[in-house]
Amino acid sequence: MILKITMAVSGILLVLFLYVHMIGNLKIFLGAVDFDHYAHWLRALGTPLLPTMWYLWIQRAVLTLAVLAHIYTAAVLTIRAKKARPVKYAHRPKVQGSYAARTMRWGGVIVLLFIVFHILDLTTGNLNPVGDHEHPYANVVADFAPERWYVTLFYALAIISVGFHLWHGIFSAARTLGQQTMKGQRRAKAIALALSLVLVVGYLSVPFAVLVGLVD
Amino acid sequence: MNIKVRVWRQSGPSDKGRMVTYDVKDISPDASFLEMIDVLNETLILGGDDPIAFDHDCREGICGACSMVINGVAHGPEKATTTCQLHMRHFKDGDVIDVEPWRAAAFPVIKDLVVDRTAFDLIIQAGGYISASTGTAPDAHAAPVPKKDADAAFEAATCIGCGACVAACPNGSSMLFTAAKITHLGLMPQGQPERDSRVIDMLQAQDDAGFGGCTNMGECTEVCPKGIPLSLIGRLNSDYRKAIAKS
Amino acid sequence: MTNTDFWTEGEPVVDKAAPDGPIETRWERRKFAAKLVNPANRRKLTVIVVGTGLAGGSAAATLAEQGYHVKSYCYQDSPRRAHSIAAQGGINAAKNYRNDGDSVYRLFYDTVKGGDFRARESNVYRLAQESVNIIDQAVAQGVPFAREYGGLLDNRSFGGTQVSRTFYARGQTGQQLLLGAYQALERQIGLGNVEMNTRHEMLELIIVDGKARGIVVRDMITGEITTEFADAVVLASGGYGNVFFLSTNAKGCNVTASWRAHRKGALFANPCYTQIHPTCIPESGSHQSKLTLMSESLRNDGRVWVPKAQKDTRKAADIPEDERDYYLERIYPAFGNLVPRDIASRAAKNVCDEGRGVGPGGLGVYLDFADAIKRLGQKAVEAKYGNLFEMYQRITGDDPYETPMRIYPAVHYTMGGLWVDYDLQSTIPGLFVVGEANFSDHGANRLGASALMQGLADGYFVLPNTINNYLASGPFPKVTAASAEVVEARRQVEDQIEKFLSIDGDRTVDSFHRELGHIMWEYCGMERTEEGLTKAIGLIRALKEEFWTRVKVPGKGEELNQNLEKAGRVADFIELGELMCIDALHRRESCGGHFRAESQTPDGEALRHDDEFGYAAAWEYFGADGKPTLHKEELEFEYVHPSTRSYK
Repeated sequence: MILKITMAVSGILLVLFLYVHMIGNLKIFLGAVDFDHYAHWLRALGTPLLPTMWYLWIQRAVLTLAVLAHIYTAAVLTIRAKKARPVKYAHRPKVQGSYAARTMRWGGVIVLLFIVFHILDLTTGNLNPVGDHEHPYANVVADFAPERWYVTLFYALAIISVGFHLWHGIFSAARTLGQQTMKGQRRAKAIALALSLVLVVGYLSVPFAVLVGLVD
Repeated sequence: MNIKVRVWRQSGPSDKGRMVTYDVKDISPDASFLEMIDVLNETLILGGDDPIAFDHDCREGICGACSMVINGVAHGPEKATTTCQLHMRHFKDGDVIDVEPWRAAAFPVIKDLVVDRTAFDLIIQAGGYISASTGTAPDAHAAPVPKKDADAAFEAATCIGCGACVAACPNGSSMLFTAAKITHLGLMPQGQPERDSRVIDMLQAQDDAGFGGCTNMGECTEVCPKGIPLSLIGRLNSDYRKAIAKS
Repeated sequence: MTNTDFWTEGEPVVDKAAPDGPIETRWERRKFAAKLVNPANRRKLTVIVVGTGLAGGSAAATLAEQGYHVKSYCYQDSPRRAHSIAAQGGINAAKNYRNDGDSVYRLFYDTVKGGDFRARESNVYRLAQESVNIIDQAVAQGVPFAREYGGLLDNRSFGGTQVSRTFYARGQTGQQLLLGAYQALERQIGLGNVEMNTRHEMLELIIVDGKARGIVVRDMITGEITTEFADAVVLASGGYGNVFFLSTNAKGCNVTASWRAHRKGALFANPCYTQIHPTCIPESGSHQSKLTLMSESLRNDGRVWVPKAQKDTRKAADIPEDERDYYLERIYPAFGNLVPRDIASRAAKNVCDEGRGVGPGGLGVYLDFADAIKRLGQKAVEAKYGNLFEMYQRITGDDPYETPMRIYPAVHYTMGGLWVDYDLQSTIPGLFVVGEANFSDHGANRLGASALMQGLADGYFVLPNTINNYLASGPFPKVTAASAEVVEARRQVEDQIEKFLSIDGDRTVDSFHRELGHIMWEYCGMERTEEGLTKAIGLIRALKEEFWTRVKVPGKGEELNQNLEKAGRVADFIELGELMCIDALHRRESCGGHFRAESQTPDGEALRHDDEFGYAAAWEYFGADGKPTLHKEELEFEYVHPSTRSYK
């Protein structure tokens, strides 16, 4: 149970981050200057109370911890599930609950792979064709260029996976933390769906905009 | 009607087990699923084969003994129905029907479709009761309980302990079973004194018995013959969180 | 003393534990007179309890709470599955919640009268007294009874009474009460006071020095035979309705524990008293493996009718009001649809015999809710009976909100059982019998909602107060597996199993069981005649012969072998069936669940002969092929004087 509470809390932290991150992303529609300014501001956030970059590193540390905790608890629960059903059904069980719930584990793995790529691409710049720390706007535009369709595709797949993951994940976190009425359940499921949809649309809007030339 | 069944045959706990196909002929659509197996067994016995072992008792959907996963669904295709209350009219002539036991480490197969569900008793033993020895509460009837609470407690208490929730759960979790008892007793004023220890102890027993962890997937409630809602698991979680905070 | 072709008569049997004096204080005085066991000594005393239903579960839990060491056995995989779980309607208690004139005395009166004056007054009075305590105990355990909006317990009326005294939990009262007892039992198991043995079947009683000292059990998973010892043995193994093959009992319900004790000397009383429940779902074909009861509470709002014309094959909706015969309301205007079970059942049989039955085979009558739905609204009807309607629809495929239910009587409960004295002790010292397995409280007919009451009264309140008196003379000398009696008991069990496996005939166990059921239903069912019963005895004897030469039991003894289990049970049912017919043959009167066609009033009502048959018939076993011996226990009625039961 402690495991699951950990999973719920870390998950919620990550969702909050995803929202903040998305708002930041959407600044791209305000143009290169605003977007790059926002990126610089992030590094300076917390100054002069904290030295430059410190806030960012604190946030990164917290996020890393949350991700690790989330992965660890997921792994433990997965191993327990495997142990709890050592012999599989010969007739593949019909999915009656929700597909989102049934794809949590694979979805999670896809998202994890994406995060690794995403950091190497747009944080460190190693995998980015531009890779210029001072000009993140240019990095993004180069990233989603039509000839790099496979990056865009992977990005889209990952974002949709995140959507599915959160559709069940947000409801599940609420339930784990004690949501218990039928009415609340319907509401929690609706909110989870809405939050996931907003994220998916918000995140996908950027590569889509680059692709169709709205952002260049 | 004539059908084929593919049934899990396993001679004992150490046998690996396999699906075996049988033809069943001239079954009345009014026969129950178990009566269909009865008819098959009569043929098997007279043919010198070992009949299929399966758990069943009341055959009216209340004892919770019957336990078959039919075409991948615990208790078969009808909602809110135990295997014994499932009738052949819900199948078609010529169907091939797969029949398997509950599959969970905590419910080891004893023979064919018979599994050992003692783990459920262990969960109840850990705290699924109100400590009220006989004769200790001579005026208990007079204590009012709001009708709403009594009705909700009753709904949760209708769990028949069949184990379909575990059989259906991709995690092999018994959370719905445990949550039903936590909810039933937690809603009654008589259940308050032991509320905190009950939830902690029952969850511990559930983990010790080798059930998996709940990830709120909701497969359990879909197959529950009594329609115990998933929301009860939230109630259990909330009780647990509060109990841990107090301890 | 008579000696007929079928039985001989022996000495009367006397209840030595029965107190006398004013009935109101008999139980109090008996409890006071009983010897007690010092709490420190209770730990050294072991009690075996066979069965975990309402009676067995509550007895095992309560004895353990008192400090005894309890060993509990059940054939199911969990004590929670005992067949008490299927009881639907409710539990009577003389709480007088409705201010409608109810009292302990009235419950006592109704039960004695409902039992057609064939029960012991002392026992029934005690039952009525304890009824009120059961409700308190159940509420304390968290049983979610139905409640009024004010939060207090709700209750309803039930067949055979004119007051509202039935407490209930929707249509699942038995389930909720059993779970209460089960949880109390599990608590004691967790505390180490009860040793629980599930999937274990009692196959023999061990008697040492004339006292019940243990049982021989078979582990149904491994097939291992073991001998278990104790200072006293309690049988709570339920009724024997499955002798009819088709009944509302669970498939596993059997008479084996009681019958093996009977073979070892315990008297079996009133075996012919069988309750045929009027509201069951009719049979649908030869595959039928059991019958499903629809709670009697349905008769509160449902109206029973058949077409006035014979062989009327129109649909129910097409039969106009004036062509319907609401026969219960017509014949019994005072009680109408709420007449006791035996009367309702026979009335259904009569109209079907007249050719006015409905549905396939003409074996059914309508139970119609159209008026109730009009009067109360579908919602209110659904709130009261929703789960029953659903169950009906699931089994038959018909929607009772649209078309009337079709119902027909089915075997439901057996009033007979092992003879016990006021202390619930059988004729074998140290062998106690509780719940449906004993014969004591319902006479010739049980009223609705009284089975739960009796099972729990026995288990929670009566046995725990009477068994002390016996155990106070213990601990008894240690019994070992090497004792000659134990070796012999074990050998009997092993020999029987070996015999079953070696016959290797050409008929299945179930086919014999079905055939026995047909004989019993035909000749020892709702209406019995001398000719039919004599014929049935011959048929059963022939069946027994055939069984022991042609039965085929597959598999081995050392494994889970469900056919081997059934074979043992059917062998006992066959012997019991014969005794039931003999008992029914000897009782040349009609009373309660026993209707002899030769003994009826001109208008077809049951006719008792109190002078000749005002006794309980306790039978002694005299070998599988010998004649049983009848021991009569004369019944005295000081308070409720036998009268003709009239519900008109």
